[in-house]
Amino acid sequence: MSNLGKFFIFLGTQLTQREKFSVYWSRFIEECISLGVKSIFIVAIISSFIGAVSCIQTAYNLVSPLIPVSTVALIVRDMQILELAPTITCIVLAGKVGSNIASELGTMRITEQIDALEVMGINSASYLVLPKIIAAMVTFPMLVVLAAFLGIWGGYLAGTITGVISERDYIYGIRDGFIPYNIFFMCVKPFVFGFLIAAISSFKGYYTTGGALEVGQSSTKAVTSSCIAILVADYVLAQLLL
Amino acid sequence: MIEIKNIKKSFNGKEVLSGIDAVFKKGETNLIIGGSGTGKSVLLKCIIGLIRPDEGRVLYNDRDFYGGDREAFQAIRREMGVLFQGGALFDSKTVAQNVRFPLDMLTDMPNSEKEDRVRFCLERVGLDQAANRMPSEISGGMKKRVGIARAIVMNPMYLFCDEPNSGLDPLTAVKIDELIQEITHEYKITTVVITHDMNSVMEIGQNIIFLYKGKKLWEGNNQTITESEVPELNEFLFSNKLLRDLRKTQ
Repeated sequence: MSNLGKFFIFLGTQLTQREKFSVYWSRFIEECISLGVKSIFIVAIISSFIGAVSCIQTAYNLVSPLIPVSTVALIVRDMQILELAPTITCIVLAGKVGSNIASELGTMRITEQIDALEVMGINSASYLVLPKIIAAMVTFPMLVVLAAFLGIWGGYLAGTITGVISERDYIYGIRDGFIPYNIFFMCVKPFVFGFLIAAISSFKGYYTTGGALEVGQSSTKAVTSSCIAILVADYVLAQLLL
Repeated sequence: MIEIKNIKKSFNGKEVLSGIDAVFKKGETNLIIGGSGTGKSVLLKCIIGLIRPDEGRVLYNDRDFYGGDREAFQAIRREMGVLFQGGALFDSKTVAQNVRFPLDMLTDMPNSEKEDRVRFCLERVGLDQAANRMPSEISGGMKKRVGIARAIVMNPMYLFCDEPNSGLDPLTAVKIDELIQEITHEYKITTVVITHDMNSVMEIGQNIIFLYKGKKLWEGNNQTITESEVPELNEFLFSNKLLRDLRKTQ
């Protein structure tokens, strides 16, 4: 509980004694590139293969001749949009981005770079962490949209190449019974998950004490805590919004 | 001038600083010396606001560092320059960007003025040729000099150096000491140096306080330190063979 209180105080300190807007803007752009642009490749690879596998495995399970084949595509679409794209993508990003943030801030802490910022009269938490949180909340939904698109496309490729579903049936299936509200839900999830990943990882890294071993431990704790937070938030959002 | 009064600090029930009083004079190199674990770094952190003391006051030209609001606290901080033990350079920035950083964050100077100021500070520490190098590409001594350049770029009133000679060869250590002393006298700033390097003590120790197990046991300068009657100080001082031999000859 004391850690939770410390976490909320940590979030609060970022809004006090803010620096110039131009400073935050340049830091925000740097973080968007670091957290977002540099994650495109891994997100693209993972989501394409997840889409492909979900198509093949769904087709494997749909053995009844009473169910149209296009249902495979419908299921792939809804799985991607509702769960696989936002949640799996963000769990992957918790590992990639979260560990990166925690180890970066942890290393800055143990090499006294954060102390150097503090004695200059700069709010180090606000300068270092706030741009990361905002960048994550902005770029993660974009990455999830990309992931959903590539997941559906991956399912299309896998289904048509292996012959489990025809192109016509796949296209029909992904258009059948489409609910636009699901896109909104798909975008809300990474917005929340991005905040959790960036905030939790930053908290773990910022308060690292010790040496290289402790930096590694902070990085691991950041990833595990972020993943747990994502799964809890996933359930809460599904319960509230669906 | 910096005045510290009755500074006390404990961690997990263990007392690290037991009522330290001292005055650090303007235009002088003030040294805090002592063995490892005597509380030197904790005292420095209490003075510069990284650790809040349990009791006591820190006065910067009669302004209570911990007694005012957050804005007054930060205003005093912006008058400080600090050289950390490892330099604490920002890894993602070049040498010039590191030195320029306080100007970018805390001033509205035009770019040309900032560049002139950065060039001046790097020339002052003899590193104008290394402006575009990254911290990982320069030596330990060069990192310390960049740290000094960054510490003085804002024309501070107070300069703090945490073991500036640690990890350096004797020749480079002497150059760092000379640089600190020159800057102190040139800009009439109050300099506080944490060290356990005897060469630094004898070279630049204009005002020295000796800490032992969290207490101030002795205060003086590099002229009177060899004549002290404090056994703990003599044990610390004359652990160096050169000084022991010098004492014998005297």
